[in-house]
Amino acid sequence: MRIKSFLILTITLFTIWVILNGKLTPEVLLTGGLVAIVVSLLFCRTCEVFTEIRLTPKAVLYSVLYVFVFMRELVKSNLDVAGRVVSPKLPINPGFVEVKTKLHSKIGRMILANSITLTPGTLTVEINDDRLFIHWIDVQGGNIEKDTEMIVQTFEKYLEVIYG
Amino acid sequence: METLKIIGAFITLAGSVFLLLGSIGLIRMPDVFTRIQVGTKASTLGTILSLFGIGLMFTEIAGKIFLLIIFILITNPVSSHMLARAAHYIGVKKADITVVDKLSEFREKQPENNAQKPEAE
Repeated sequence: MRIKSFLILTITLFTIWVILNGKLTPEVLLTGGLVAIVVSLLFCRTCEVFTEIRLTPKAVLYSVLYVFVFMRELVKSNLDVAGRVVSPKLPINPGFVEVKTKLHSKIGRMILANSITLTPGTLTVEINDDRLFIHWIDVQGGNIEKDTEMIVQTFEKYLEVIYG
Repeated sequence: METLKIIGAFITLAGSVFLLLGSIGLIRMPDVFTRIQVGTKASTLGTILSLFGIGLMFTEIAGKIFLLIIFILITNPVSSHMLARAAHYIGVKKADITVVDKLSEFREKQPENNAQKPEAE
């Protein structure tokens, strides 16, 4: 699996380099390619998280869908928080709740925690194995199952297919 | 080309409105955790919209703007997570209206975690 993580890292670095340069001359491509390969070789030993990405057609499709779901949630989240801020009564009901995730891979959990932080009124404070502790600006659930359903499941059904 | 510039200007304006609301929220919120919430949420969309608008106005740097948006999406939640976690671990005072705190209960059950946790996952 080392080869796969090496390839993914090289391609990512190379793509970023090309976009940053904004041109496709031979010098740019050669320099970027060489540096990307050397850097990937140096850091490949510690980047095993990339091997957890599945590259089946279904996973790729769900990744694309996930971007759209995420964007929708992001906009909803921002409008929601903006609404609370301008409302004269300041309708907040903050608290720390616990949710559970079914994801097993490190990168899947990382992306789930990041997504939760960027979406409606929730902020991941601590993660311990499959338990996530979340600061919620407007606590509605009450028990772990209900909270999990409301916060996690929008993302989890996509991430489960992509990362497992 | 002109229309693209005008659309870009309006999108940037919308982004700055979100940033303004975020700043108002920073003043109005009662404690550090709710402030981090507002600081993360409103500023993410605000920054993304501002950058997107600039990308429409100056199409020659659109690629770099795209990279900037990706990096903001990756780093913004990580930094606010670490700030909130550190604040909770050193025992920053929570607002009086805080209804439930499962994390404190969890940490009390695990005394070894309270002293120091060298590795953050």
